[in-house]
Amino acid sequence: MMAKKKKAAPKRAKTARTKKEKAEPKADPKQMVTVYIMGKLHKVPADATIMGAIEYAGYLIKRGAGCREGFCGACATVYRLPGDYKIYTGLACTTLVQEGMWLSQLPVIPAQKPVYDIEKLEPNVTAFQKLYPEIFRCVACNTCTKACPQSLEVMDYIQAAIRGDIEKVMDLSFDCLSCGLCAIRCPAEIVHYNVGLLGRRLYGRYLSRKSPDLEQRLKEVKHRKFDKEYKEFMAMKRDELKKRYYARDTEGTKGE
Amino acid sequence: MYPEYMHESLQLVDQTRQKRFELERSGKPVFPPMSADEREDVLKKFHPDYKKESRRLIHIGPNKGEEITTEVADILESHSRIKPELFDLDKPDYETDILIIGGGGAGCAAAIIAMQNGAKSVISTKLRIGDANSMMSQGGMQAAVTPQDSPTRHYLDALGGGHFDNKPDLVRALTEDGPEVVEWLEELGVVWDKNPDGSMYVLHGGGTSRKRMHSCRDYTGAVIMRTLMDEVRNHPDQITVLEFMPTVELILDNKGRCAGGVIYNMETEEYFTVKAKATIITTGGYGRLHIRGFDTTNHYGATGDGLVLAYRAGAKLLYMDSVQYHPTGAVFPEQIAGFLITEKIRGAGGQPLNKFGELFVFPREPRDVESAAFIRECLERKNGLQTPSGRWGVWLDSPLIEIIQGSGYLNKNFPAMVRQFIRYNIDITKEPMLVYPSLHYQNGGVEINDKCETNIPGLYVAGEASGGVHGRNRLMGNSVLDYNVFGRRAGKYAAEYIKSVNLGKLKLNHITAYENEMKKAKIRTDRIAPVLLPSYTPEEVRKRQLTAHYEGTLR
Repeated sequence: MMAKKKKAAPKRAKTARTKKEKAEPKADPKQMVTVYIMGKLHKVPADATIMGAIEYAGYLIKRGAGCREGFCGACATVYRLPGDYKIYTGLACTTLVQEGMWLSQLPVIPAQKPVYDIEKLEPNVTAFQKLYPEIFRCVACNTCTKACPQSLEVMDYIQAAIRGDIEKVMDLSFDCLSCGLCAIRCPAEIVHYNVGLLGRRLYGRYLSRKSPDLEQRLKEVKHRKFDKEYKEFMAMKRDELKKRYYARDTEGTKGE
Repeated sequence: MYPEYMHESLQLVDQTRQKRFELERSGKPVFPPMSADEREDVLKKFHPDYKKESRRLIHIGPNKGEEITTEVADILESHSRIKPELFDLDKPDYETDILIIGGGGAGCAAAIIAMQNGAKSVISTKLRIGDANSMMSQGGMQAAVTPQDSPTRHYLDALGGGHFDNKPDLVRALTEDGPEVVEWLEELGVVWDKNPDGSMYVLHGGGTSRKRMHSCRDYTGAVIMRTLMDEVRNHPDQITVLEFMPTVELILDNKGRCAGGVIYNMETEEYFTVKAKATIITTGGYGRLHIRGFDTTNHYGATGDGLVLAYRAGAKLLYMDSVQYHPTGAVFPEQIAGFLITEKIRGAGGQPLNKFGELFVFPREPRDVESAAFIRECLERKNGLQTPSGRWGVWLDSPLIEIIQGSGYLNKNFPAMVRQFIRYNIDITKEPMLVYPSLHYQNGGVEINDKCETNIPGLYVAGEASGGVHGRNRLMGNSVLDYNVFGRRAGKYAAEYIKSVNLGKLKLNHITAYENEMKKAKIRTDRIAPVLLPSYTPEEVRKRQLTAHYEGTLR
C-alpha cells in the first residue's frame, strides 16, 4: 500500500507545481474572496493571511509587519464580518481572510510607558499602584480577554495585579506579544500589556528562586578556573581538537 | 488538518511511536550519530551551500576575489541610496557618543551597558525597537551552568558545530561570559524556566554534549527582548530611540575613523546625519534576501543592511560563504511555510521521521548536518512527503514528547508552537508536524575581535551581523547568547573608546570611492543597497504602477 503512495504523492505535486508556474496570479481564481482593506475592495486568495492579502493587493507595508510569525505584535488588526455588528481583533500575520472581511491595521497603539527603576520597586501591589494606578478602575468587563489574539486571560492578570499576586501576573501574561489590542478596547483605558511586562520583570528580578549552581559557576569563572583548559584548547591544532570533540561523551536526554 | 493522502503515513508514525519511545528510554542514541566523514559527505552532497551557483566571486572591496554567497555579493555590488555631495556634514542633525544601528537584542544590550559606562547613545532602527530575530528565538540560550558542564565543554561543542572554523578568542568570550549573561538577564527581570529547587531547567540542543539550553517556555527571545526594550525605554535621557529610521551609510572622519551615519526616515523620506564618536552595527542577518529561493524564519527587516554599510566603509567580512538553514521550518499548512519550529522540540525528545514513520538521522546533529540529512531523505531517497503545493517535508514527531515528558508538557512548554498549529486544526500534542529546512541564520559577517572591534577604528559590530563566533555553522541557543555577550561587550568597549576620541572633519568620501571602484570593475547594475525591506508586491501590480519610481524595493 505504501508503495502505491510512494508513486502517487510526487505525481500529484508535480502537476500542482507546473500549474503554479504557468498561472499568474498564483492562486486559482475560483478560490478568491472579496475583502475591504481600509474600506477599499480587493480580490485576494481565499487561503491568504491578512498580511498576505494586504501585500497581494499591492500595499508595501512599512508599519504593521515585524516577525510575521506571531511573536512581535507589530500587526494588530481590527475587522468586521458581513452581517455581524461585532468588532473582531487579530494579528495580520496569523489570521486568515474571510469573505466580506472589512479590515484595518493599527500602525501604532498610543500608550504611556512609565519610566521606572526596577531596583527601586518592591515586588508587591505598590509597584502597580505607583506606575499603573488606572488598573484599579478595571470594571471586569472581560473585553481585553476577548480581544487577545493569543487567547490569554488578560482580565485575570489585571485582577491579579490589583491583588498584588505577581506570580499570577507573570504566569498568565507570559505569552503576551504586546500587540496592544487589549489596551485599544479597554473601557477603563488600561495598558494591560505593560502591566504584564512589569509583573514578569518583578517576578524574574525578585521572586524567582536563585540557582545555587549558577552562583557556584559564576564564582568559578571569576576565579578563572577554566583559564588553563581554555589555553590548552586554544593552542590545539585542528586535528587534535577534532579528536577531542568526537571522543567527548554526551549526557542523556533525561539526565542523571 | 492534513490532507487525506497523508493519513496512511500518519498512521505509520503512530504505529512506530511506542517502539521509538522505548528506544529513547534505553538511554542510547535513538539513531547512530554521524562520524566526521559521514558529516562531510552528507554536507557536500546535500547542503545548499555546496551547490555551485550558491556562491560567486566578489569583484570589489575588502574581500575582493573571494567566493561568497551569491545574494550577498549582489547587495555588496550595489549603488548607495545617497549622493554624498548633498550632505552638509559640518552641521549634523544629531550628536551623540555612540550610534547604535539596529534595535534588536544586541543593540539594546549595547545601549544599556554603554549607558552604565557613562555613554549616551542613539539607536537607529528600521522598524520598531525589538522588531528583530532576537524577538523570535523560541528554544533557548546556551550557557554552561550545571555542575556536570563547563564553559570549556561549551567551547568544544561550539567549535565542533562550527567545523573548527570559529575564531577561538570569540568562542572563549561567548562561552565564558555565558553564565554571567544568565545572571544579568535575571537581574533585569527575565523569567527563566527553573526546577522547583531554583536550579535552571535545561535541555539539549543539536550538537550539545551537555544539557545547557536555558529557556522561557518557547517565548525565550520574546521574553528577553521585551525585558531589554523595556529597560532601554526606562532611560530616555541616555538612550534616544529613532524608529523607522534606518542608517543607510556610515560617516568616517578625515583619519578614517567611524564617526556616525546617515539615517533615512522611511515615512517622511527625509535624510539626517548623526555624528557619533563610536558606532555599533547590530543590524542582524539577511533571511529576507531569500537566499537560493528558500523560505525564511526571519523577521521582515532581515535584509543584511549592516554588511553593506560596513563593507562600503572598508570593513572586512568573514565566512560570507556560509548560510544556515534551520532543519525544522514548517512546510504545512502553506500559510506558515518557512516558520520556525524550535529545535527545543528535538531537545525535549521529538524525532524526525520519514514517511514510513522511521528514524533516518540522529535528531540532534549540528544544524547543517541535520538539514542536509533531511534534504537527502526527501530529494534522493524520496522518503519524505509532499504537500499539495509541492513542498517536501519530513515528520517531526511531537506527540512522542507527551509520552516522554508527561501529558500536558507541550501546552506548558511549547505554547507558541501549539498555538501556531491549532489555528489550522493541527493539534501537535496528537499529530506530528511536517518540516523542511528553512533559511535561518547568517553564519558569517563583519570580522570582529573579542572587543567587537573591526578593522575600522570606532566601528564595532555585535550579534548576527558579525562573523567568526560560529565558524561556518551555529549551534542552537548560541545566537541568543551571542547577541547578549557581544552586545554587552560592544557597549562596554565602545564606551571606553569614546573617552579618548576627538573626531576630525566628517566625510562621506568612501561612498564616492566605492562607486568609482564599481565603475572600474565594470559592474553595471541598478541594484540599490541597503535593501531595507523585501518586496512582496506581485508582478501584476507592479506592471500597473506606471508612474512609480522604485529605489531598490522602496517606492
